[in-house]
Amino acid sequence: MAALDETQVKEGVDQDTVDAVASMAGKYKYGWATEIEMDYAPKGVNEDIVRLISGKNGEPEWMTEWRLGAFARWKEMTEPTWAMVNYPKIDYQDQYYYASPKSMADKPKSLDDVDPKLLETYKKLGIPLKEQMILAGVEGAESAPAEGRKVAVDAVFDSVSVGTTFQAELAKAGVIFCSISEAIREHPELVRKYLGSVVPVTDNFFATLNSAVFSDGSFVYVPPGVRCPMELSTYFRINAENTGQFERTLIIADKGSYVSYLEGCTAPQRDINQLHAAVVELVALEDAEIKYSTVQNWYPGDENGKGGIYNFVTKRADCRGDRSKVMWTQVETGSAVTWKYPSCILRGDDSQGEFYSIAITNNMQQADTGTKMIHLGKRTKSRIVSKGISAGRAQNTYRGQVTMHPRAKDSRNYTQCDSLLIGGNCGAHTVPYIEVRNNSSRVEHEATTSKVDDDQLFYCRSRGMDEEEAVALVVNGFCKEVLQALPMEFAMEAQQLVAISLEGSVG
Amino acid sequence: MAVPKIKTDAAEARIAALQVPEGGGWITAARGDALSRLRAIGLPGRRDEYWKYTQPDSLIAPEAIRAAVFENDEGPMFADIDRLKVVFVDGVFDADASDDLAQAGLEIERLETAGQADIHWAKDLYGVLESHGQTPVQRPLAALNTGFARDGVIIRATGKAVKPVNLVYLHESDSSDAILHHCIKLEKGADLTILENGPAAARFNKVMEVDIAEGAAFHHVRTQGRDHERRAVTHVFARLGAESTFKSFTVTVNGMLTRNECVIELTGDDAIAHVAGAVVGDGDFLHDDTVFITHDAQRCESRQVFKKVLRNGATGVFQGKILVKKDAQKTDGYQISQALLLDEDAQFYAKPELEIYADDVICSHGSTSGAIDDEALFYLRSRGIPESEAQDLLVLAFLAEAIEEIEDSAIANDILARLEGWLGRRRR
Repeated sequence: MAALDETQVKEGVDQDTVDAVASMAGKYKYGWATEIEMDYAPKGVNEDIVRLISGKNGEPEWMTEWRLGAFARWKEMTEPTWAMVNYPKIDYQDQYYYASPKSMADKPKSLDDVDPKLLETYKKLGIPLKEQMILAGVEGAESAPAEGRKVAVDAVFDSVSVGTTFQAELAKAGVIFCSISEAIREHPELVRKYLGSVVPVTDNFFATLNSAVFSDGSFVYVPPGVRCPMELSTYFRINAENTGQFERTLIIADKGSYVSYLEGCTAPQRDINQLHAAVVELVALEDAEIKYSTVQNWYPGDENGKGGIYNFVTKRADCRGDRSKVMWTQVETGSAVTWKYPSCILRGDDSQGEFYSIAITNNMQQADTGTKMIHLGKRTKSRIVSKGISAGRAQNTYRGQVTMHPRAKDSRNYTQCDSLLIGGNCGAHTVPYIEVRNNSSRVEHEATTSKVDDDQLFYCRSRGMDEEEAVALVVNGFCKEVLQALPMEFAMEAQQLVAISLEGSVG
Repeated sequence: MAVPKIKTDAAEARIAALQVPEGGGWITAARGDALSRLRAIGLPGRRDEYWKYTQPDSLIAPEAIRAAVFENDEGPMFADIDRLKVVFVDGVFDADASDDLAQAGLEIERLETAGQADIHWAKDLYGVLESHGQTPVQRPLAALNTGFARDGVIIRATGKAVKPVNLVYLHESDSSDAILHHCIKLEKGADLTILENGPAAARFNKVMEVDIAEGAAFHHVRTQGRDHERRAVTHVFARLGAESTFKSFTVTVNGMLTRNECVIELTGDDAIAHVAGAVVGDGDFLHDDTVFITHDAQRCESRQVFKKVLRNGATGVFQGKILVKKDAQKTDGYQISQALLLDEDAQFYAKPELEIYADDVICSHGSTSGAIDDEALFYLRSRGIPESEAQDLLVLAFLAEAIEEIEDSAIANDILARLEGWLGRRRR
C-alpha cells in the first residue's frame, strides 16, 4: 500500500500498528465474485418493484400495503446530509433492488442438486463444511452432528436467504430462527406486532427505503425464560453487480431470555459503488438480554476510493422491559462510506445499554458512526466505548447522543471515545450530543486523541511502573475490554485488530 | 442548498424594523456588504442545527421584548481597578459618564465618528473578521450587527496599555434594543485588557472584532449584568498572530437569554487562546456558550473551560468546537464543559466537538453533568457548616477552575467576592 508507506508516521506510533493497518487495507480477502446465474428484478424502484419483491417472498396483503406505505413516504423524503461523509449523488433508479440465484428458485433436495458455485462461495468465505451443507439448503443436514461449537447461521446471498442452520434443534428450545421472509409467512402475529415498532417506517430516508424494498434478513424470537442454546449468526454476502442489498433483521427476546447474535458481511471487489441499507430492530422485554455483535467487512473500495459499499444502516434496540439489557459491539473495517448508529432506547426501569466500537478507516474510506443512548426509565445505565483509527486519506467520525429524560431519575452514562490518526492526510472527528434533563443522573463524556485516563496511569505509576509501561498496560487492557465483548466466533477477525497496537495514541 | 423562506422572511422583517445609520464614510460599503450577507443567509430558525438548544425567536424578532430594569443596589463592577470608563446607556454613548478618551494613552475612538472618515485603519477590520467567521458556520446575527451598528469603540494599541478599558453598559429603558460593534487592534507586542460589564439593554446585540498581531496579548473579562429579563447575543471574533495571547472570561448571573459566541482563529505559530465562563442560573434562564476555535498554525494552545451552576428550571447550553487544520501540527487543544444541576428542573445540553486533520496533536474534551456530591456535602455538614452554606462552598469550588482563567488577581477576587455575595444573598 504505497500511500501509507510514503506517509510520515508520527513518532511513537509502533511499526506493527502501521503494518497491521496497511495489511488490512492493502488487500481485501473477500473481493472475489461468484459467477452464478441470477434472477433480477428490473432496474430501479417504483410501486411495481415493491409489489414484485413482496410477491417473490409470498407475502400477505398487509405486508405489501406496509411496504407501499413506506414507499409513498420515501418519495417525499430527502437524503440526509448532516453526516461528515461525501459521496457522489446516488441514482436510486440505476440499480437492482432484487437479485436471487436462479438455482434458489426450487429448493435443492440434496447436496448433488445444490449449485456447486454457491457451495464454493461459502467454502471460500470460511464457513465450516457441516454448516455449508445446511447453508446451501440441503434438507436433513440439520441432524448431522456439528463439529465443535454450534453456531446457527442464516446466510443471505444478495436478496435471498439461502439457508438457515440448526432450525430444528433451536425449535426444540422454542427459539424461532429463520429468514424474515419465512417469518412473515409462518409467524405473522409476531412480525406484525414488532416489525417497525423500534424503527418506525417513517424513521429516516434509508430506513424508509429499506421498509419498502427489503428482500430478506433474519428473524429471531426467543420465548420467555429461554437462554438460546447456541449463538445465532447471519452472514450477508453481496455478490451481484449494481445491486443494492436491503436486509431487515428483527430480534425479539421475550421476558427473561438471552440471545447472542453475530453478523458478518463481505462483498466482491467492484469498481462501482453499491448500496447497502439495512434495518435492524431489537426488542428486549423484562429481564431479557440481547448481545449483538458485528464485524463489518464490506468491500471498502481501492486505494483511490474507487468502488466499495455505501453502508447506510439503521440499528436500534428498544429495552422495553424493566431490567432488560442490550449490548452492541461492532468492529467496522469495511465499506467506502459508513453511516451507522446502533442505538438503545432505555425505556424499562433499570435497563442497560452498552456500545463498544472499533472503527478503522484507511485509504479513502469514510465512517460516520456512533450511538444514541436515550434514557427514559429510572436508574437506567449506559456505557459507550468507541475507538476510531484513521489512516491514509480516510475520515473517521464518532457521532453520538446521550439523552437523560426528566423521568429517567438516578441514571448513569459514561462515554469514552478515543481517536488515533496515522499519517497527516486523514481526519478524526468527534460530535457528541449530551442532553441532561434531570439532576439525579450523572453523565460523563471523555474524548481524546492522545490521552489515557490520568487516574489509571497514576494508579499504575504509584505501583512502580514507568510511564511507558503504565500506558501500555492501560491501553492494552482497555482495548482488550472492547475486543472481549465480541463472542468467540469473531475471534479470528478480531485477532487482526488486536495486532493493532494503540500505543501511538499516547502522545 | 436553498435558504428556507422562513429564514429570509425573518431577515427581511428584522431589516424593515431597522435603519441603516446615515452619514458614513468608509463604513457605508462595509454595512452594505453585511446587509447582503444577511439577506443571503437569512436569520436563524428553530430547525437550525446551530440553534438546536437555544430558540432564537426573541433574538431575531423585529421588536425587542420589554425587560424591566433591575434595581441594582451594589456598587459598580471593577470600581477598585484603575480603568478608563466608556459608558453606553441602552446602547447610546454617554459622554458625561465616560472618562476622557483623549487621556487613555492609546488610540480610542467611537465607531460613530471613525466611520465618517474617508480613510481609516478600521476599514480592514470592521466586518472583516465577522465575514470570515461566517464559514463553515453561519452567524447571521453578527452580520446583522455589522450592517446596523451605529456605535461602539475603535481601539488601537501599540504598546502596553497603561490601564484597562472598561466598557460599561447601562440599562435604563424597558424597551431598549441596542446594537454595538467594537473593533480592537493590537499591534506587534501590544498588551491590552478590556473589561465589560452591565446588562446593556432589554435586548443587546454586540460584536467585538479583535485582531492580535505577533507577540501581542489581549485580556478580556466581562460580567453580563444582573437584570433578570434582559436578552443578549454577543459575538467575539478574534484572529491571533504568532506567539500572541487571547484570554477571555465571562461571568453570567441572571438574564432570560444569553448567547455568547466566540470565534477564534489561530493563524500564527505558538499562539495561545483561552476562553472561559462561569454561569450561575436560577429560574427562567437560558445561557448558551458557543465557541469555535480554528487551529491553522503550529504549536498553538487552546483552552475552553465552561462551568454552569443551574437550578429552578435554568438551562445551560455549551457548543464547543476545536477544528485542527491539516498543517496545525503539535496543537494542544482542551475543552471542558461541566454543569452542576442543583435541582430536578435544571437542564444542560452540550455538544463538544472535535474536528481534526493533523496527526501530531493532543486534543481532548470532557463534559460532565450531575448533582452536588452528597459525600462532600455530608463532610462539610459534619464539620458544622449549615447545609445551604456548604452547598455554596461546593458551588464556588466547582466554579473555581473557570475563575482561575482570569490572570489579574484583583479582578478575579472582585468577581469571586461578588459571586459569594450573590450566593449568600440568595441564602438569606
